[in-house]
Amino acid sequence: MDQNILEVDNLHVSFKTRNGAVPAVRGVSFTLKKGETLAIVGESGSGKSVTAKSIMQLLPKQNTVIPDGAIRYEGKDMLKFSKKEIQAVRGSDISMVFQDPMTSLNPTMKIGKQIMEGLSRHTALTKKQARQRAKEMLELVGIPNPESRLDAYPHQFSGGMRQRVVIAIALACNPKILIADEPTTALDVTIQAQILRLMRNLQEKMDTGIILITHDLGVVANMADRVAVMYAGEVVEQGTLDEIFYRPQHPYTLGLLRSMPNLDASRAEPLIPIPGSPPDPSALGTGCPFAARCPYTMKVCHDYNPGAIAMSETQAVRCWLHDERTPAGHVPAEIKEGRRSAEEAAAEAEGVTA
Amino acid sequence: MTTQTTETSSPMDQREDLLVVKDLKKHFRIDRKTVLKAVDGISFSIKKGETLGLVGESGCGKSTVGRTLTRIYEPTAGEVGFGGANIGGRIDRATKRRLNHDMQMIFQDPYSSLNPRMTVAEIVSEGLVIHNPDMKQKERDKRVQELLELVGLNKSHAGRYPHEFSGGQRQRIGIARALAVEPKFIVADEPIAALDVSIQAQIVNLLKELQKDRGLTYLFIAHDLSMVKYISDRIAVMYLGKIVELAESEALYEKPLHPYTQALLSAIPLPDPEKERTREQIILTGDVPSPTDVPSGCRFRTRCPFAMDSCAVIDPEFREVEPGRQVACHLYDPEVMAKEGKEVTVR
Repeated sequence: MDQNILEVDNLHVSFKTRNGAVPAVRGVSFTLKKGETLAIVGESGSGKSVTAKSIMQLLPKQNTVIPDGAIRYEGKDMLKFSKKEIQAVRGSDISMVFQDPMTSLNPTMKIGKQIMEGLSRHTALTKKQARQRAKEMLELVGIPNPESRLDAYPHQFSGGMRQRVVIAIALACNPKILIADEPTTALDVTIQAQILRLMRNLQEKMDTGIILITHDLGVVANMADRVAVMYAGEVVEQGTLDEIFYRPQHPYTLGLLRSMPNLDASRAEPLIPIPGSPPDPSALGTGCPFAARCPYTMKVCHDYNPGAIAMSETQAVRCWLHDERTPAGHVPAEIKEGRRSAEEAAAEAEGVTA
Repeated sequence: MTTQTTETSSPMDQREDLLVVKDLKKHFRIDRKTVLKAVDGISFSIKKGETLGLVGESGCGKSTVGRTLTRIYEPTAGEVGFGGANIGGRIDRATKRRLNHDMQMIFQDPYSSLNPRMTVAEIVSEGLVIHNPDMKQKERDKRVQELLELVGLNKSHAGRYPHEFSGGQRQRIGIARALAVEPKFIVADEPIAALDVSIQAQIVNLLKELQKDRGLTYLFIAHDLSMVKYISDRIAVMYLGKIVELAESEALYEKPLHPYTQALLSAIPLPDPEKERTREQIILTGDVPSPTDVPSGCRFRTRCPFAMDSCAVIDPEFREVEPGRQVACHLYDPEVMAKEGKEVTVR
């Protein structure tokens, strides 16, 4: 669990449009270790899916520009890979689960064949062995009667079952990294719980590193070891699960947590929304992208974008509040002291197990 | 700012019922042999100024309930009383017109529920044009501006088209449209499901404020149990066309009675790592059965961890087990439990 299998370093991704290049990802850096789960959270348009797709090199070549950055897989920069090299990695060492199980499977192909497709490309298995392996995969993801289901078409499965098939395909070649882009967003909660548990169990068995992209902080709390919070194409805060949830240092992270309803909070406690809406990526100024919605802005926030400041060995944040020149009185208590006292947390934990 | 609304949820509620639904059914004929029973006999009532949350997974019939109440669909059977009048069966045009005025709907998808070729002013004022034809253009414009400001938009937005707005802003336009004719009752069908987390709270707070100021009554349909709690006084949980449990929202979250409600609540991932580590989740196996082929007896029995022999034979009655609390489950029926040689143990 100590060695990085993936390092994304200062990644920039822009899209060419008629009105010039629009930056979608602006200097994103993170790492992933073997067997760990990194959650990337953010709202729509924050650049989380673009980051994932650029790792897999699934973005359309004709209008994507990657002006800067590196994506190192086991030390080698994948952005410099040839087409052949990337094809050797994609689907075998690194694979991906997409959001919508309805559209990510080929409707005209039997699912057995869809699982075997990757196996025949990346392994030396014979057709018979590949079919055997496909059957094992279906069994592993909990699909009843795997033998006969190999010859079924996607439309014969329910949404939850289809997502299991998609996971079976992604894991067939024993990938070292699984990128799951909103894997349960299209599913009902009871099915979501099944799929999340399945992903955790498989991760334990295969020691896969998972990059989980989601907007649901509940899913994050359930799955992640570490969290990167994205806003307007930047990682505004990064830390361990507990750091992000109990000691958020960025006003956006804090805002996200406060706008989430808590099941055992009283109804009387109003939700605190983040005012306004996310900025237009084609019209970002030089200041902090969150400044327009931030309750704690200072003059500097509108003019200069803060760099990442390390808060601990594991936590880093991009916010002027943590600059040493910021007067101590300006930092809000919730950021200074964390979200709740240990006592409160303990009392709450008791309430849940009861 | 919204604290006062919660006081209204006391069990001693003396307000009169605005909507009373009795054994409502909506079946769709698929072909000669198959009938899809989307809503299969549900009963509930909503008091004036109250919010009833209706939750369930996709395909449970919750949206069909909303659409049948607002008469987008004709009900197959059952009684619906609204403001004292029976609107369950066939209704004449005048009644329907009045209903369209008194009941409004807010839809899930703010992208497809607004006509892209109409300006915001046209969208919001359409109901006024129909229900208030004598209103002068100038008055109407003024009213549109008031409505836009009420939902937190700028009055200068009136001349713009829907594509110029974000999802949250569009949902506000949808709310302004619903409020234009001053309805008594609003069916909100997953109004926040398509929005980002930070925007969801904005819309929920707006709906709560509007309710407080205007005494609106809501049926709030959602699959997201955690948000529903914030807006609902009482919550009805649906499974496969039937309500399995109905209770005051606090009580439902504190002590869910029906095994399905228990599973549904425990399946929600909590945005709190410590709780996620300590709690025991009930994870249901299998999928929801098809509504064209409903299981015999209790429809939840195929996924229920407590299913008994009786569950396959007897369809549990939807009965009151505590004041203000109804549940359709044999576990709380002493007669059936006696037959099984067990006692009612409240979990």
